[in-house]
Amino acid sequence: METFLEEVNKKINGVPLQRCYHCRKCTAGCPVASHMEYNLNKVVKMIQNGKRDEVLGSSTIWICLSCETCITRCPNQIDIARMMDVLRQMAIEEGVGAREKNVLKFHDAFLANIKMGGRINEPLMMVQYKLKSGDLFSDAVMGVEMFMKGKLSLLSPRTKDIKSVKDIFEKTKHS
Amino acid sequence: MKVSYYPGCSLHATGKEYDQSMKLVSSALGIELKEVDDWSCCGASSAHSTNFDLSIALSARNLISAEKDALDVMVPCAACFNRFKMAEHHLKADKELKTKIEDIVGTKYQGGIAIRNPIDIIFNEIGIDTLTAKVVKPLTGLKPVSYYGCLLLRPPDVCEFDNYENPVMLDKMMGAIGADVKNWSYKTDCCGGSLAISKTSIVVDMCDKLMKAAREAGANCVVTACPLCMNNLDMRPSRGLKLPVFYFTELIALAMGLDGSKETFKSHMVDPRPLLKQLQLI
Ligand code: SF4
Ligand code: SF4
Ligand code: SF4
Ligand code: SF4
Repeated sequence: METFLEEVNKKINGVPLQRCYHCRKCTAGCPVASHMEYNLNKVVKMIQNGKRDEVLGSSTIWICLSCETCITRCPNQIDIARMMDVLRQMAIEEGVGAREKNVLKFHDAFLANIKMGGRINEPLMMVQYKLKSGDLFSDAVMGVEMFMKGKLSLLSPRTKDIKSVKDIFEKTKHS
Repeated sequence: MKVSYYPGCSLHATGKEYDQSMKLVSSALGIELKEVDDWSCCGASSAHSTNFDLSIALSARNLISAEKDALDVMVPCAACFNRFKMAEHHLKADKELKTKIEDIVGTKYQGGIAIRNPIDIIFNEIGIDTLTAKVVKPLTGLKPVSYYGCLLLRPPDVCEFDNYENPVMLDKMMGAIGADVKNWSYKTDCCGGSLAISKTSIVVDMCDKLMKAAREAGANCVVTACPLCMNNLDMRPSRGLKLPVFYFTELIALAMGLDGSKETFKSHMVDPRPLLKQLQLI
């Protein structure tokens, strides 16, 4: 059977994680390291040690912003940002879900919105997110102000060939 | 020059000041824009965080549509730019993936057009000299720090952006239009981007840090080239730390004295007009 490490490496499809020599440069440059429960190189170590449940169930993988600073600075070209994508996808596919529930709910609302109109309709997307997360009131004042300033509009043009967008969603759906 | 133009969802919504000023500046600098036919969203971080194939396919659909025009495609939103470059990178590196994605999208991907951001196009195709020559009202007294954010630059071998730890193109353009650009070491730091709505407190911290650094550098405003950076910097910092934030194209349009260049300021969350009035720029 494939180890957790082999599985992650295969999905990253680049430099294998064993190349990491724990210099911590990635962690030092990560803008949200202080909000994560595990440092980035610690995650690498945990993967090597087969700590599947701890890694996939961590909030770390959902706090990552995909700012790509880690891969930019790693002396061994280890793609930590891509590793985070891979881990999030594994957490979803394996039914672990997301420790940071609202982050995933936001992504779901965002994607549902694209699937519906081809393009993001910001007010609608926010409503979809708020219904999913139950976080109804934060940003409400800001939303009203944005409406007043004409920044948000309910009617935005959609993609005409919406079927081609829906097909992409269908064909990439995880079974 | 003529380019195809991918506005992305943001530029038709909260980032409409960027779209409007981009169009003004482009036409004044002789850049003709042809909008990509029936474009759709690039998928942004929500797609790549949750489904790799979906993220590549959503971007590929747009790249394929842009290829019909056989022109460089200009992508003003840093997030869309990043997703397009990333899709191009993977599609060119991995034949198997390319076949799979073409099957999903239903058309062939050629990979024959260059994906470019407007900073690169204005700096490298139009040039600082031409820009300088078109200034009718130098922005004297305006002291911006330039904020590039992350997604325009990183990862560098994908984005192919010059000088990714200390980029200078925006700084030089701002200098050319008469602004007194301040130097700072946060040009490429992240503002928290995609977590703004789902983990707001983290983003507030990150934006506060940026605004404090901008103030310490002696800036009286921030200039950006990304609608998501703009949203965060314009809305998320704590009261007392906020500074006016501009799209670089708004400032170029103002310095060139273009008709309509003042129209976009009123929809900013931090109203920049008091500062501009005080400096007698409007
Ligand atoms: S920068 Fe690279 S080598 Fe250093 S700890 Fe991070 S992943 Fe490992
Ligand atoms: S991509 Fe994620 S892990 Fe890497 S530096 Fe940015 S936030 Fe940290
Ligand atoms: S960056 Fe956002 S808004 Fe722009 S196209 Fe991509 S997803 Fe849509
Ligand atoms: S919005 Fe923030 S996270 Fe996104 S590119 Fe701009 S700086 Fe980076």
